[in-house]
Amino acid sequence: MDVGIVSYGAYVPRFRIKPEEIGRVWGVDGVGMGRGLRIEEKAVPSPDEDVITISAEAARYMMDRVPDVNPQDIGAVYVGSESHPYAVKPTSGTIAEVIKATPALTAADLEFACKAGTAGIQMCAGLVGSGMIRYGVAIGADTSQGAPGDALEYSASAGGAAFLIGSEKIIAKINKTLSFTTDTPDFWRREGQPYPRHGGRFTGDPAYFRHITSAAKMMFEEMGTAPEDYNHAVFHQPNGKFPERVAKTLGFTPEQIKNGLLTPYIGNTYSGAVPIGLSGVLDKAKPGDRIFVVSYGSGAGSDAFDITVTDEIKNYKKENAPTLDKVLENPVYIDYAMYAKYKGIIIMPE
Amino acid sequence: MREVAIVGTGVTKFGELWDKSFRAIGIEAGIKAIEDAGMSGSEVDGVYFGNMSSRFINQQHIDALIADYSGMATRNVPAVRTEAGGASGGVAFRQGVMAVASGMNDVVLVGGAEKMTDMDDAGTALIMDSTADAEWEVSMGLTLTSLYAMIARRMIYDGIATREEIASFAVNAHKHGALNPNAQYRKAVSLETVMRSGPVAEPLGMFDCAPYSDGAAAVVLVPLEHAKKMGVDYVKVSATAQASDTLALFQREDITTFKATTVAAKEAYKIAGIEAKDIDVAEVHDDYTVGGIMALQDLGFFKKGEAGKAVLEDRVSIDGEVAINTSGGLKAAGYPVGAAGVAQIVEITNQLRNRADNRQVKDAKYGLAQSVGGTGSAVTVSILEAI
Amino acid sequence: MSAVAKEWREIPARYNLEGSECGNCGRKYFPKRNMCPHCRRNGFGKMRPYDVSKKGKIFTFSIIHDAPEANRDLKPYAVAMVRTDDGLLISGQLTDVDLAQIEIGMRVRAVLRKLGDAGPSGIIHYGFKFVPDL
Repeated sequence: MDVGIVSYGAYVPRFRIKPEEIGRVWGVDGVGMGRGLRIEEKAVPSPDEDVITISAEAARYMMDRVPDVNPQDIGAVYVGSESHPYAVKPTSGTIAEVIKATPALTAADLEFACKAGTAGIQMCAGLVGSGMIRYGVAIGADTSQGAPGDALEYSASAGGAAFLIGSEKIIAKINKTLSFTTDTPDFWRREGQPYPRHGGRFTGDPAYFRHITSAAKMMFEEMGTAPEDYNHAVFHQPNGKFPERVAKTLGFTPEQIKNGLLTPYIGNTYSGAVPIGLSGVLDKAKPGDRIFVVSYGSGAGSDAFDITVTDEIKNYKKENAPTLDKVLENPVYIDYAMYAKYKGIIIMPE
Repeated sequence: MREVAIVGTGVTKFGELWDKSFRAIGIEAGIKAIEDAGMSGSEVDGVYFGNMSSRFINQQHIDALIADYSGMATRNVPAVRTEAGGASGGVAFRQGVMAVASGMNDVVLVGGAEKMTDMDDAGTALIMDSTADAEWEVSMGLTLTSLYAMIARRMIYDGIATREEIASFAVNAHKHGALNPNAQYRKAVSLETVMRSGPVAEPLGMFDCAPYSDGAAAVVLVPLEHAKKMGVDYVKVSATAQASDTLALFQREDITTFKATTVAAKEAYKIAGIEAKDIDVAEVHDDYTVGGIMALQDLGFFKKGEAGKAVLEDRVSIDGEVAINTSGGLKAAGYPVGAAGVAQIVEITNQLRNRADNRQVKDAKYGLAQSVGGTGSAVTVSILEAI
Repeated sequence: MSAVAKEWREIPARYNLEGSECGNCGRKYFPKRNMCPHCRRNGFGKMRPYDVSKKGKIFTFSIIHDAPEANRDLKPYAVAMVRTDDGLLISGQLTDVDLAQIEIGMRVRAVLRKLGDAGPSGIIHYGFKFVPDL
């Protein structure tokens, strides 16, 4: 049985802030910081947005594109995030209700730093492939936290994407998925703490680069492929620089990663990053296109996917919901004062 | 049914009565009304009391409280508290009239009071908002002011009234309030002041909104035949009517008319055997300026689209075509919610008894009072006649 | 005894604008009604769920400056009455909108947003708001 993507939808909040505006507040050369991170601007959620609302919007786009799919045939909803609004009470149950998939389904919230969204895709693929469910929904979304004044503040943004995984009318077949996982403490957030902490430069070579390249090489070996066999590649993108460098190291060209590299324009959407990148690729993909995907979650692990776009994408009603280009149109730029207000970090009276 | 007369009126000062409790102001108005009627409290055999929210003073069972502190409880006189949002006082009056008309009671004290300043403004605002649909308007982020603001916006868009015309309702209110010794605001204001006041819910500003107030009002009702023998000034209650509409504004086809007002007015005119043009003086519910403009149209004083112009041109003041809100209205006299509908009756009664001092409307024969709950979800219209 | 039940039971309407359609006369309502106010007894028991269109046009609007406690971190914010494409009138907030650009007739669509919460440890209320339909 072929298992793959039946539909997808991506959503990014409308507001943006530029690195120079953040740098202005902290006495940092924001332009230089932006250039170093390859981030031109980052998305900021509206004060009434969170992972539930972002996931809901992405999931609705996903469902709007497959009007023939009965939401009651969805057997699983997984939402991966490190900013679930509740510590205890599932985001996934709310999303299931929003898309009218309740009550006969399984649902759970996932967390594996920035790769919980792709972990959800793997879980859905497993359940569909085993015949346990007909369709599964996997969402990666975050309203990322970065402490004020920290380097993360220049990149941590918000957004998410949803994928309907199934075996019927698939627009993209998942040829293979595998993972590379270790215990590597490069980035963490303790329970109850508002902001994550990270290991500085330790987040690079032993963490991001080791896990992505390892998973990628495992995939090449398993599939007997090389970078030139793929039309597109999507890598986790905590900034614009890391995915460019990892792509180059592995032997991918800038052209191959172009459609899936959104962080320079929207910032690091954490669990949303690879799912949004993959959405960007699918928005523009043609039948037969082969897509290489490797996510990364601190802590640490990488999920790799080998995907082939099918002829079904020609019948797919992509136009029923906004593509990523459309979602990213008409951004509204805000200054740091509005940013502080939107992030809820202005102390209000009791 | 028996015909009913008003034989006594009482009203407290409206405003921020920091030193007075709810109990104190409620009783003050009642005693004044009974004194004015030249009667004794021991003659009262029924009490109807308008009071909108127990939440202002965290006290349920307001009817028992009033019966107790007015001395009615010692004689075990029944007391009934009515709540209909902003129309609570108007409904209390109508219930009192019905009780006397039916023969169930011979002497009814109708009162109304609200103590709104025992709570911070945010809490008071939430209570006022809950006269709209709490579940589908307020919970969605709307406020009562924003609902009236949306009516105003639509009226302006549809060419029914201009922003200036709507604002001018407050100018007329303050002009009259300046003449009323019991009014909360006794200062005339310019159109510019109203227009420039800080935005509350655009397009409405602070001066488009009635204030939060403390205050009470009361009237004494007896059968008309009894009144004739009492040797006091009295007026006849020619009609009282009430109509309902949907709780939420969005459930209406037309939001620039309160159908409950048009229906209640039509019925009241029919019962009284008169027409809108026969009314000399009226107190209309102007918790928001735009509500006042709507009232003038819905009551038939002006055609839709012409009321605002009349107000702006100063044609509804004391010596105007029809004298509107000679007390200052809710806007200037103050808006202690449960008292407002009863205070309107007090003002009209005194106009028709030629007791309105320097704001007296000459030769006033018929007067009207309109009381509105929420965004026109409940409306009472009463017509009084000079004898 | 629970303050959450009243939010919970409205979830279909809050998330997906579920209202009612009268099986007798076909009139549509939002929020749902158990009885058609026009057919009354003849429509009782015949009301069926009806999902109101999530798209429509602004019928009228206001910008709230004097915000209730629950929304003080949003102020100033906009509210509107929206005429949905299937003809109903619904009230809600406008969000992600340039306040200076709002006008009657502007096309909007319903999205899921936070409406508020019962304090920092309380339940979060989600429901529809309208955004410009760009």
